[in-house]
Amino acid sequence: MSPYLNDVLYGWYPYFCLTVFLLGSLLRFDASQYTWRTGSSQLLRRRQLVWGSNLFHVGILVIFGGHLVGLLTPVAVFEFLGISHTFKQVLAMAVGGIAGIGCFAGITLLVHRRLFDARIRNNSSWGDIIILLMLYGQLSLGLLTIIVSAHHLDGGEMVKFMGWAQGIVTLHPGVSALIQDVSPIFKLHLFLGMTIFLVFPFTRLVHVWSAPVWYLGRTGFQVVRRRPLLHPALPVKGD
Amino acid sequence: MSHFLDRLSFFKKQVEPFANGHGIVTDEPRDWEDGYRKRWQHDKIVRSTHGVNCTGSCSWKIYVKGGIVTWETQQTDYPRTRPDLPNHEPRGCARGASYSWYLYSANRVKHPMVRGRLLKAWRAARTTRSPVEAWAAIVENPETRASYVSKRGLGGFVRATWDEVNSIIAAANAYTVKRYGPDRVVGFSPIPAMSMVSYAAGARYLSLLGGVCLSFYDWYCDLPPASPMTWGEQTDVPESADWYNAGYLLIWGSNVPQTRTPDAHFYTEVRYKGARSAVISPDYAEATKFADLWLHPKQGTDAALALALGHVILREFHLNRRVAYFDDYVRQYTDLPMLVRLVRRGDGYVPDRLVRADDFIDGLGEANNPAWKTVAIDADGTPVAPLGSIGFRWGEDGAWTLEPKRRDGSDTALRISLIEDGATAPVAFPYFGGAATNGFVATAHPDVVTRNVPIRRLALKDGETAVATVFDLLCANYGLDRGLGGDGVATDYDQDQPYTPAWAERVTGVPRDQIIHLAREFAGNAEATRGRSMVILGAGVNHWYHMDMTYRGIINLLVLCGCIGQSGGGWSHYVGQEKLRPQTGWLPIAFGLDWSRPPRQMNGTSFFYAHTDQWRYETLKISEILSPTAPEGDWSGSMIDYNVRAERMGWLPSAPQLQQNPLGIAAAAQQAGQTPQDYVAQALSSGQLSLSCDDPDDPANWPRNMFVWRSNLLGSSGKGHEYFLKHLLGTTNGVLGKDLGVEGRERPQDVAWHDQAPEGKLDLLVTLDFRMSTTCVYSDIVLPTATWYEKNDLNTSDMHPFIHPLSAAVDPAWESRTDWDIYKGIAAAFSAICPEVLGRETDVVLTPMQHDTQGELAQPYEVSDWRRTGAPPVPGRTMATVTVVERDYPGLYSRFTAIGPLLRKLGNGGKGISWDTGHEVEFLAALNGTVRAGAAAGQPRLDTDIDAIEAILSLAPETNGEVAVKAWQALGKITGRDHTHLARSKEDEKIRFRDLVAQPRKIISSPTWSGIESEKVCYNAGYTNVHELIPWRTLTGRQQLYQDHLWMRAFGEALVTWRPPIDTKGTAAHQGRHGNGNPEIVLNFVTPHQKWGIHSTYTDNLLMLTLSRGGPCLWISETDASQVGIVDNDWIEAYNSNGALIARAVVSQRVNPGMVMMYHAQEKIVNMPGSEITGQRGGIHNSVTRVVLKPTHMIGGYAQQSYGFNYYGTVGSNRDEFVIIRRMNRIDWLDGTEPAFQQPAFQQKEVVR
Repeated sequence: MSPYLNDVLYGWYPYFCLTVFLLGSLLRFDASQYTWRTGSSQLLRRRQLVWGSNLFHVGILVIFGGHLVGLLTPVAVFEFLGISHTFKQVLAMAVGGIAGIGCFAGITLLVHRRLFDARIRNNSSWGDIIILLMLYGQLSLGLLTIIVSAHHLDGGEMVKFMGWAQGIVTLHPGVSALIQDVSPIFKLHLFLGMTIFLVFPFTRLVHVWSAPVWYLGRTGFQVVRRRPLLHPALPVKGD
Repeated sequence: MSHFLDRLSFFKKQVEPFANGHGIVTDEPRDWEDGYRKRWQHDKIVRSTHGVNCTGSCSWKIYVKGGIVTWETQQTDYPRTRPDLPNHEPRGCARGASYSWYLYSANRVKHPMVRGRLLKAWRAARTTRSPVEAWAAIVENPETRASYVSKRGLGGFVRATWDEVNSIIAAANAYTVKRYGPDRVVGFSPIPAMSMVSYAAGARYLSLLGGVCLSFYDWYCDLPPASPMTWGEQTDVPESADWYNAGYLLIWGSNVPQTRTPDAHFYTEVRYKGARSAVISPDYAEATKFADLWLHPKQGTDAALALALGHVILREFHLNRRVAYFDDYVRQYTDLPMLVRLVRRGDGYVPDRLVRADDFIDGLGEANNPAWKTVAIDADGTPVAPLGSIGFRWGEDGAWTLEPKRRDGSDTALRISLIEDGATAPVAFPYFGGAATNGFVATAHPDVVTRNVPIRRLALKDGETAVATVFDLLCANYGLDRGLGGDGVATDYDQDQPYTPAWAERVTGVPRDQIIHLAREFAGNAEATRGRSMVILGAGVNHWYHMDMTYRGIINLLVLCGCIGQSGGGWSHYVGQEKLRPQTGWLPIAFGLDWSRPPRQMNGTSFFYAHTDQWRYETLKISEILSPTAPEGDWSGSMIDYNVRAERMGWLPSAPQLQQNPLGIAAAAQQAGQTPQDYVAQALSSGQLSLSCDDPDDPANWPRNMFVWRSNLLGSSGKGHEYFLKHLLGTTNGVLGKDLGVEGRERPQDVAWHDQAPEGKLDLLVTLDFRMSTTCVYSDIVLPTATWYEKNDLNTSDMHPFIHPLSAAVDPAWESRTDWDIYKGIAAAFSAICPEVLGRETDVVLTPMQHDTQGELAQPYEVSDWRRTGAPPVPGRTMATVTVVERDYPGLYSRFTAIGPLLRKLGNGGKGISWDTGHEVEFLAALNGTVRAGAAAGQPRLDTDIDAIEAILSLAPETNGEVAVKAWQALGKITGRDHTHLARSKEDEKIRFRDLVAQPRKIISSPTWSGIESEKVCYNAGYTNVHELIPWRTLTGRQQLYQDHLWMRAFGEALVTWRPPIDTKGTAAHQGRHGNGNPEIVLNFVTPHQKWGIHSTYTDNLLMLTLSRGGPCLWISETDASQVGIVDNDWIEAYNSNGALIARAVVSQRVNPGMVMMYHAQEKIVNMPGSEITGQRGGIHNSVTRVVLKPTHMIGGYAQQSYGFNYYGTVGSNRDEFVIIRRMNRIDWLDGTEPAFQQPAFQQKEVVR
């Protein structure tokens, strides 16, 4: 890959994707609230959904968490904690591998029902099918990278990606040079991953933003929402 | 401002806990809630109603926001009533309130749809051929035709443009008219009153084409011929407000709160006012909660109950004690004083026909129609032909009246009974209750009961003849001993003689003391209030084969108690109740009478019986229903033979009419140098021409093109559904039985038999609907029509006196169009395409002898079938009337959109009277403008639906006071009395469409109807007969309890009698034959009206489905269910030789053991898996039914027993049917995505008490 193309794809494309991802999500959230939903097909057919959905979601959350922590934690932190690159590489392969295989089984079920259950197929938009296939491809590529990584148990490749990722989020587009020479599988994985961010706001994936994590910390079981006062300046009876 | 920014409230979030921290109050944004609030916003409110067959005719507010209908609520602005009468509101029900769901639902038909294979064939043929040639290429190639015909109902629709579908339809119509004749193009649309202009649109197109409109109410079996037999009038009833004037309300087979929901409040209110009420219903229906007394006879035995009630009333109010009011009433208003000839039979006599003036040597001085003037004995003991009988109606003026007078003006006081004369004779009456099947009770009385009847001997033309009054015969018929002794009569109620209360207790299961109690209360109230006892009658009793016996049994109670025509009393018959109030204004628009007369009309029942080949499976033999007292004669033949004879004799209409194309006949007649009338008569006699009805299976006689609009023929009213699918449509079907040929049973005599029955008679089935109904699913072309909130139209009802608009709240959505515009479009396409094969043509139309025309005096005595006697047929006397009609096919569109010249030339009218209407036509020319050029140049325009509405309103006496006065004058000429006072006060009132949109308007009294609109009384049928002395339109001119036609006597129904349900023999051959291992039970299959729909409408509506079981269900009693291991909500299958249906079981104490109830018209388009037996999807309620005709309904050319479109003729009964019921094992959704579901085996659970 020419350095120029490498720079475009891994130095500048990430900013394009992130911009569309953030701005797009914001616009959709504000402009089109009724489309902000998971688009669940559970009412259409329950079959394959219990296993498929749970395996997929648990798997993808573990993988997502692993990527987040693994890529964005500064190398110094690992060194301070005394975690060797080799250990981290093996840990990533093991945990990612197990979660990945579970996730793969789940998404396989989901793809099957999405494509081959006539009722669900007929109720699917083009976007529903494409995003699912993109995730399927991305997961497959991710699993393939394990094989590549097995040849780099020293964790050297991994450190390149950490440097790249941290460089990108700290606004150093030049870091693309770090991954100039990594395996094409990694490059494909990265490219597809960024593209998923790119299309994210236009798909049902937006439900990720609204994952009800605050349920965990809520107080009270009955919620009463107060109606905003039209004229807050006026004294309210009883005040 | 921004949903996102609003959420950034971390620092100002105030969370106030309460309830010890279990609850919190937050400040989160609540804008999302407005989404729900806005659901109910609107920017305008438009008045419309539901053009649905309830026909409640309720005014609704339609809320519209941004061009979208958002919801609807009841209007509350009806004109007020009087101080002593509750107002009409609220009108409406949950079903109507759910209507707006349809507009934007997935089930809406949004675009013109065509069967894909047909469209492909059409496009292929059109590449090289002209339109008509292209259609010919499709239907004349058996393979191409079969390619789409055999796939009907199996999906495969594709979208097409309006231009393309209109071309296909026009080409098909033109081809059919040219090749076979216009009477092969038929249309089915019911109940004009629910949207008159929509009905008129299709009927106008068909009528201008020479096509056939099929009747519907007789087909529905909602209008048994009992009412026309008695009154010469059908479905004329009190408005619901009149219930409030009643003192006693007997609810019989009607479930008022469920099926007459908007009117039920009057019933509640009159109960508070103090009226008493009894409810007769075999099941614990909702209406029973209103009752002081609930009687629950075994289903189908209502006639026996009515006879016993009549027995008590005659005994206590007419014999033992003569109530002066009742006595006067029956003397003046009924045929009870009329004389009946008795003829010798063995040692005794049999009642024959009514005595006529013509029987006397001097004709009693009557020169005009003496054969149609009935005779009674006057107070002085001399025979007299009192004024008012039907002979006075035609050919003379001023003597057709119920004033108790002779021709010379002297008063009469007719004798009701001849018992004081002292002479008696034994007279034979048939008794049919000695044999009953399927668990109905048979009693051990002889088939012929001979009873002593007072008689007199009169010297008549043909010698001394014994005669008796109808009253004396009636008393004997009811089994009343009047001190004359003899057999078959009873002196007290506990004797087991037909038709005592003790006898009825055995047959019906109703305790005798309840019968006696009810009879006394009912008649006692009528005596005390001068006739304010009312019967509200419903569909529960009238779909039985012998429904007219039930009707006449009940009608007799009302007549004997002087309730008919009295405010607060009478016959509130709300089945098939329809009141097309501006009828005489609507008729010319609907049937194109402004351009050509007569239109082609056909009785639906006979048509479907013949063309769905249900006759090929007939199991009822004439011998099973013939009376043991039938007059001598040849009574052989099968059911369809009788129908064919009736068609041949001009009694019933026929469609198609002749095997030969009627467009060629006038020319042939000219060539032969004969008038068309003479030519047709002679050619029929010689066999040159033949009647289509003689061979309905010959391809030359098939109906070819069919339009269905405003109807769900195949999902709702198509009795014998599977036969429709098999023979008329030619697609997959579930017929389980074999035809007569295969079974080796007796075949018809007069009708050609083909060993191979035709499958797929129709070339083209076109349906107009706003929703994808079952009928749409089976059609070749589906046209998207406007909903009731998207068009302008008119709507009226029996239930209240107002005329309603439907008005367009929004434009028709997607590509839909109003019915008016759709047919206008087809007419335009037809006019453009037809010149390829058609020009100005001469059509020969056959019409039966019609009621309310002079034709009703065609056949006074004998029944003479020219084919069998060999006599030459005489059009209009012994065969149908023959008329030549000019058709301008290229000008059809011009005619459709303009009011033709005949109204000015021939006038307008109805029900036997006519008036000049030139003034109204001038008014319309000024109002609508005139056509500038073309075939209709100079005529008033009829372009839009509103033009059509204004035409109807201007021409009808009910909505134009000036016309009303003219109409009453016309009637007054015949009756010799001045009736114009009924309309004078409204003479200047002219109701226009925008007036109705502003507020529903009360109509103006008109002689079309027998009640009046006034500020003093409610509308009540028969009111003008009683109070204005206008005769009933019957032979005697009075309410006629004795039906003297030969066929009535032959089938034992001259007087009302008890006839057990017939045996349709549909289950025996199938019991145990389709076993799935589960036990079977045979039960009577009854199909009452819906709770969650109006017929099939609303049954696919999500809101109604949510309130009900979400799909088809069938009610079964706990007793029957437990016998065969059925528990609530099980999938069960019901089947017999007609086919199979499946549904979920509702196991309920409500239902009588011995029957299952399936709310009719639950379609097979929602929640409907496949049948285990037929392998087809579901089946609907009509999958297990088959119609059986009744010969007495075919009678014609005989006063009140003359044909009238819709209101008299054969009816499609279906309730004597039995089905085999069993649990299903395998639930297969037939959608290819899931394997069949195995219904878990039933496990008897231990009941813990």
